Amino acid sequence: MILQCAVIFAFLAFGELVVYLTGIPVPSSIIGMISLAAALKLKIVRLMWVDKVADFLVRNLGFFFVPAGVGVMRCFDVISREWGAIVTATVVSTFAIIAVTGWTHQLCRRALAKHTKGHGTLPAK
Amino acid sequence: MEPFLQNKFFLIAATFIIFLAAKLLQKRTGVAVFHPILVTILALIALLYFGNISPDQYAEGGDYIEFWLKPAVVALGVPLYRQLESIKRQMLPLLLAELAGCVAGVVSVVLVAQMLGASQEVVLSLAPKAVTTPIAMEISATIGGIPSLTAAVVVCTGIFGGMAGFQMIKLSRVSSPIAAGLSVGTSAHAVGTAAAIERYGMRYGAFSSLGLTLNGLLTSLLTPLILPYII
Repeated sequence: MILQCAVIFAFLAFGELVVYLTGIPVPSSIIGMISLAAALKLKIVRLMWVDKVADFLVRNLGFFFVPAGVGVMRCFDVISREWGAIVTATVVSTFAIIAVTGWTHQLCRRALAKHTKGHGTLPAK
Repeated sequence: MEPFLQNKFFLIAATFIIFLAAKLLQKRTGVAVFHPILVTILALIALLYFGNISPDQYAEGGDYIEFWLKPAVVALGVPLYRQLESIKRQMLPLLLAELAGCVAGVVSVVLVAQMLGASQEVVLSLAPKAVTTPIAMEISATIGGIPSLTAAVVVCTGIFGGMAGFQMIKLSRVSSPIAAGLSVGTSAHAVGTAAAIERYGMRYGAFSSLGLTLNGLLTSLLTPLILPYII
């Protein structure tokens, strides 16, 4: 358990260090996530060193958002003034993202599959 | 002496217990509207309101829970690693889909909010609403929005996307589970990812965490570039 936590926090600290040194506007946790995946791939870190704590954290991700959601109380006045626009824009945009992302991905895959089939290089799986 | 209701350990315990009860409620009733995160947030707001506890006093305890958000995002590297092979095999479709989804999200939310007469600072706070809280708040601050409003909208978007996203996928006839996982993560960040993992399992849920990662990166890079053209 200690080893597992150590690995997770080491990568988070690494992300913080990168942000501290370069000043890039990307959150440290995202840098930590990408470098953890890279370290697993390069076999610097073994999966059995992190999988238990990582699976626990991933499965309970939603719970950690609760305090930020409660923070909505701080902007009740803006929300009560403009809630119609906020809700409508959010719903429309969420639908737009799902449809556009899904369609683009399916279209590209179909186009690529057709293309590679012609050359006979599509992997067996 | 401060009232016991403001004790941070009481507030942390209350958060755990209410969440547990909310999970049980959904399991027993099977009603989608009883989303555990949404129910917990509403119950806590009621507790704070009637118990006369300010949001800042709640944050004294709540910050210890929110603290785990960052390590949990790092932990998403594990499902990401498990899917690396299939990601590599279709790099181009994934990147193009993310690019299209990111632009569609920022442009649509800004245009609709403007059309409905939202104020400039609200429009700016909404622009990064599809990506995960820490990224969205940073973007919001950079472009002149209200970070705390952004955080609230981000959480609501996540809950909404996690609840209604799968119906939207059916409605828009997205049939491949990879595209579905990717879309939910792109539109509803980590809360959507949690829902996608629950629904599709770790295998396709990993595409959801890829969606949230790529959209987080693209949105932080592209939002400041797109905004001047549409505002």
